[in-house]
Amino acid sequence: MQEHLRPALVVVALSTALLGIAAPLAFVGGAQALAPHAAGGSLLTLNGKIVGSSLIGQNFTGAGYFHGRPSATTAPDPKDSSKTVPAPYNAASSSGSNLAPTSAALVSRVKADAAGNSDIPADAVTTSASGLDPDISPENAARQVARVADARHLARPAVQALVDRWTTPPLLGIFGAARVDVLRLNMAMDAASR
Amino acid sequence: MSILGWVQIVLVLALVLLAAVPLGRFIARVLGGERTFLSPMLGPVERVTFRLAGIDPTRSMGWRGYTVALLMLSAVHFLLLYAVLRAQYYLPFNPQGFTGMSPRLAFNTAVSFVTNTNWQAYAGETTLSNGAQMFGLTVHNFLSAAAGIAAAAAVSRAFRRVRGDGLGNFWADLVRITLYVLLPLAIVVTILLIALGVPQTMLGSIDVTTLEGAKQTLAIGPVAFQEAIKLLGTNGGGFFNVNSAHPFENPGVLSDIIENWSLLVIPFAMPVMFGCIAGRRRDGAALLTTMMALLLVFTGCIYAAETAGNPLLHALGVSDVMGNMEGKEVRFGQALNALFAASTTATSTGAVIAMHDSLMPLGGLVTLLLMQLGEVVPGGVGSGLYSMLVFALLAVFVAGLMVGRTPEYLGKKVQAREIKLAMLAVLILPLLILGGTAISLCTASGLGSLANAGPHGLSEMLYAWTSATANNGSAFGGLSADTPLLDYGLGIAMLFGRFAFLVPVLAIAGSLAAKPTVPPSAGTFPTDGPLFVGLLAGVILILGGLQFLPALSLGPLAEHFAMLAGKTF
Amino acid sequence: MDVPVSPMSAQDSAGPAGTIALFDGPILLRATRDAFRKLDPRHLLRNPVIFVTEVVAILVTVLGGRDLVTAHAGAGFALSIAAWLWLTVLFATFAEAVAEGRGRARADTLRRARTDVMAKVLVRPDDRAFWKPTPANELKRDSIVLVETGDLIPSDGEVVEGVASVNESAITGESAPVIREAGGDRSAVTGGTQVVSDWLLVRITADPGGTFIDRMISLVEGAARRKTPNEIALDILLAGLTIIFLIAVATLVGLAHYSGSVLGIPVLAALLVTLIPTTIGGLLSAIGIAGMDRLIRFNVVATSGRAVEAAGDVDLLLLDKTGTITFGNRMAAGFHPVPGVDNRELADAAATASLGDETPEGRSVVSFARERHGAAPELPADAVLVPFSANTRVSGLDSGGRSWRKGAVDSVLALSAVPPPPEFTAAVDRIARAGGTPLGVVADGRLLGAIELKDIVKPGIRERFAALRRMGIRTVMITGDNKVTAAAIAAEAGVDDVLAQATPQDKLDYIRKAQADGRLVAMCGDGTNDAPALAQADVGVAMQTGTQAAREAGNMVDLDSDPTKLIEVVEIGKQLLITRGSLTTFSIANDVSKYFAILPAIFVATYPGLQALNVMRLHSPQSAILSAVIFNALIIVALVPLALRGVAFRPLGAAALLRRNLLIYGLGGLVAPFAGIKLIDLALTILGVA
Repeated sequence: MQEHLRPALVVVALSTALLGIAAPLAFVGGAQALAPHAAGGSLLTLNGKIVGSSLIGQNFTGAGYFHGRPSATTAPDPKDSSKTVPAPYNAASSSGSNLAPTSAALVSRVKADAAGNSDIPADAVTTSASGLDPDISPENAARQVARVADARHLARPAVQALVDRWTTPPLLGIFGAARVDVLRLNMAMDAASR
Repeated sequence: MSILGWVQIVLVLALVLLAAVPLGRFIARVLGGERTFLSPMLGPVERVTFRLAGIDPTRSMGWRGYTVALLMLSAVHFLLLYAVLRAQYYLPFNPQGFTGMSPRLAFNTAVSFVTNTNWQAYAGETTLSNGAQMFGLTVHNFLSAAAGIAAAAAVSRAFRRVRGDGLGNFWADLVRITLYVLLPLAIVVTILLIALGVPQTMLGSIDVTTLEGAKQTLAIGPVAFQEAIKLLGTNGGGFFNVNSAHPFENPGVLSDIIENWSLLVIPFAMPVMFGCIAGRRRDGAALLTTMMALLLVFTGCIYAAETAGNPLLHALGVSDVMGNMEGKEVRFGQALNALFAASTTATSTGAVIAMHDSLMPLGGLVTLLLMQLGEVVPGGVGSGLYSMLVFALLAVFVAGLMVGRTPEYLGKKVQAREIKLAMLAVLILPLLILGGTAISLCTASGLGSLANAGPHGLSEMLYAWTSATANNGSAFGGLSADTPLLDYGLGIAMLFGRFAFLVPVLAIAGSLAAKPTVPPSAGTFPTDGPLFVGLLAGVILILGGLQFLPALSLGPLAEHFAMLAGKTF
Repeated sequence: MDVPVSPMSAQDSAGPAGTIALFDGPILLRATRDAFRKLDPRHLLRNPVIFVTEVVAILVTVLGGRDLVTAHAGAGFALSIAAWLWLTVLFATFAEAVAEGRGRARADTLRRARTDVMAKVLVRPDDRAFWKPTPANELKRDSIVLVETGDLIPSDGEVVEGVASVNESAITGESAPVIREAGGDRSAVTGGTQVVSDWLLVRITADPGGTFIDRMISLVEGAARRKTPNEIALDILLAGLTIIFLIAVATLVGLAHYSGSVLGIPVLAALLVTLIPTTIGGLLSAIGIAGMDRLIRFNVVATSGRAVEAAGDVDLLLLDKTGTITFGNRMAAGFHPVPGVDNRELADAAATASLGDETPEGRSVVSFARERHGAAPELPADAVLVPFSANTRVSGLDSGGRSWRKGAVDSVLALSAVPPPPEFTAAVDRIARAGGTPLGVVADGRLLGAIELKDIVKPGIRERFAALRRMGIRTVMITGDNKVTAAAIAAEAGVDDVLAQATPQDKLDYIRKAQADGRLVAMCGDGTNDAPALAQADVGVAMQTGTQAAREAGNMVDLDSDPTKLIEVVEIGKQLLITRGSLTTFSIANDVSKYFAILPAIFVATYPGLQALNVMRLHSPQSAILSAVIFNALIIVALVPLALRGVAFRPLGAAALLRRNLLIYGLGGLVAPFAGIKLIDLALTILGVA
């Protein structure tokens, strides 16, 4: 037993120093110097002010903006800290809905959101895994073009063109899904309206 | 399902295999103490570590010595991590000012990381400081992974033809794996992930004002380095609550492919390493083939289940084209989602890019089953290989008698002692998983933790105990896991799942190592061909899976048929 | 000369009790009684799977009885489940009882040989005039007894003086008496055999109750049966599986409680008993007993089941050349005529010269000439036989003024007027180099040619060795011959290795070296100098005709003293293991279908959708559960003949054997119960039982 105590202590101490402190700090320093944007959260600025991260979705509710997916994130209830209240796109506390496919809560939520429409793109009425999904599907975006164009008094084809501009195809045409970056599309909408 | 989806799955797995074969050989050389291209750089570090720690790498240990060393490391580890979690308020790098964890949660979390489970009863970004993530969790990701690989190496050495060499030196194995395998791989993956947008900063959070003028707080920190090792070491404990589904952990498709590759590459390198160490490359290849074949089949099952879409939502006007999107991110697509869900439960990783709680019933069933089979296709780093070897011994024993000889695996006779120890190890899974689930579901506390009702509630609880016992760490996340029952119960399940399995396996290794190697002949049970691959797969499914069928039929299967009948809970 | 290599089937060999039909009326009757006697839980503790079944059966019976008294609705169902659970246990004990019964029948005949003999114990070892009558079962080791004509030999021993013919039919079934004499390799006698002529002084070598026949009786009865290593390992596996399924079924109570369905004890009992490996659990000991029985029917007595199992593992066979690989006598194998003489003429002359020669060599010349060359000369009426003598070293016959001689080459040449042609000399050299013996043939003083005599390899032995090689077993020939001769025979017989000019120490060293390389070695031997090697070998088969030392060193005794039987012993060992493995695989594979029968049945009330899992479309939940339980019980009975007879053995390589058995017992085990359960369900439905 005792013969193993020294190696155990030394190995844990050394690896804490090397792997727990030195290596992460070295990466922080190196990344700060070489790739400050990527390592710093891929922040987007508008007029010198940080308006968000290109990777993190935001809660858009206005008719003139493309809406992201429903989000299941919550925040502590200001009235009772042991409870939570819905707080969509709370990037300080990522969370999915964790509702089962057979959940009555899921079905009634979707029923309300679907509002009797048909052929709704699935991502438009389902919450994302993180609650912070920055993307929507091109089909979802296409269904919002009319609303956004009307609200902003823009031509629908022009809006659709911007949607296409901010649509990322699958990687190499194979991997992943085509997706529309909602935050940057909305920034582009603002720019187009100005 | 689409052909393009299958192309994605097959290509990612091909990338894994392409790297796993040379990596496995490399690991075997490192563990043999041979010089590699990294030696000029890391050799001095290795030697200094050996001197400081008083390690003599040439001193081989018996199975008892090896086990005691491994347990000693885990004990020291556990105490240190427990202390860090409790005292994080007083430790550096705590920009968020988080207070220490409760004793109960700290126990659960420390056990979880020491056992390579990384079950998260806490939400990372709202509970843990950057410091605790770094020198608490990140270090453990390295060491618990290295300990697993070391144990696999020890078991592999039992099959060497030369007798009386012992199982190797645990400390030397641990240091070498960490220095030559995990650290270099982690560095490469970290660099790639940072380049793709995974943050690595000492800030705790960033406040932004959104386009609509609202305030948004972005939780952030030194994510990339921990992300890399959490996947490479099949640990799976995310920096954030939603793990690799979080855009900061896994910002895009390429990062997802890298992460999926990372969590599979070392587990698939293990059978190759085994083949090299035992001097039986073809047998190693047979194990690898079995793992890969089952992984492909199970991935296909999840893929099929998820792309079918939810009929209950379809009835409300939701299109089925995208499949089941609840709890999934848009960017990954169903094929990569299925591959990740299968990979993370087939290994002991437990990182997720989709919320497993919201998987379709049959998709969830597959993730459950993959863990209940003991995580062998390919399983966690090291643990997958040694669990697979237990199945190989059982397969050889059950069917081996059919060729009219005392069963033997790689020339080592499988006799009463080995079977006793193997059954002891195998018993742990049903005992803790089914026992824990049944007890929890009969207590008010357990029922209070459930987020979903009906058969899915049963699945949630079953998943928690399965994940803990199999040292996976993923969850049906709706379950409120930070309760006394689950913190302590699952903590114990994790401990037994790891060590009550590992110790008998090391004892088997000790017993096999002492046996002479029977030279192969035409009468030898073949363990390197397609016949054995099929047999092994069958034994894994029947001996490993069948006892869980009643539970699965009351959970996911019942839910599936209820869903088809239009029922909700 | 036409001794065949022993055929594979053992049944036709007259063993200690002859052949016993697979199911013999009285045996079955007795077995049925014994099956009930074996229900004693203390007895069943040895068998965890069946023990659990019995405990569950008791539980369900009690509950069913209570329900009956309280007129509860489920009483009938519970009691029918209970009945079939009891039958499951009974079928298992019955299988064991049948196997034991067959052994007991054999033991009874053996016991008749062990009547209470009075032994004539010498008062002074050197004076056989004075002896004291002593009951055989009180004989001490090392006492000297006198056995005279008509006496039964009272116990195992070694002849110290005298020569006698002994009838050993009591143990070997062979009625021709054998010679037993002091010294040499034929000095061992067995208790219960009878001296037919002359007398013997025998030193007793066995303790009372420990004689060969005693051991044989306890072995065939299964009384002394200890579990073999593989059986122990298998038992652990089965116990482990039982515990796993106990956990699965016990926890199901909690899971079902959550799901809102209440599972009755009979249903849970049915699920448990159908899932635990009752099939192999019920048949395991019967398989072991039957394996020993097969060996005994084959006239080989093993001292332990362990040895039989080891025989299956053997990968190196050490075989004596003489008597095993070759007939041991030199026989004619070719004619080599001198120029100007054709084969037929030489054959005629050689056969004629041998007509009066009654030695095996002489007879072989006659039959070889007839079979190969159609030469069948008659013995002339006026023939004068010239027998072989050490002086002339030739033999032959004279008739009608003509003379025919055959014999040693130089002696024959002396009878010939002219010097031999070079072709003759060359032929003689060639024969000698190939390990054969050349004989010259002259007729009327004219040299006709040479006969080639050699040690003939038994027909079919080469194929046997090839079959062994396919099974992964190497054969090694042991011989005292020189290397050249040995190599020639080895090549002809197709053995893998030769140990020429072998001393006992050489044999021992060879075995030790092979064992150090991880091989399991089997050998047979009869002489005292074989004893160390027999003891060292993993499987040592001693000949019944051999010395007591050899018989004690080995772990099997061949009553027929036929060394080729080693091959069959290996096959019987393999068959034992294969039968166990096949039924284990079958038993485990069966579970899949039982889930599909029972799970939908017990949960369909709670989750109607699970009816989709009822792939067999069984009539009702009750009939489904009952059908699975009935199938589970009946399959044990159905497999009893297979367990007793053993799975058919084929000398194939492991890969082919595995493929074949996996297909039959693995895949068959998956599929068969689907059909079986469905049929039982149909029958129950038609009978209106459920």
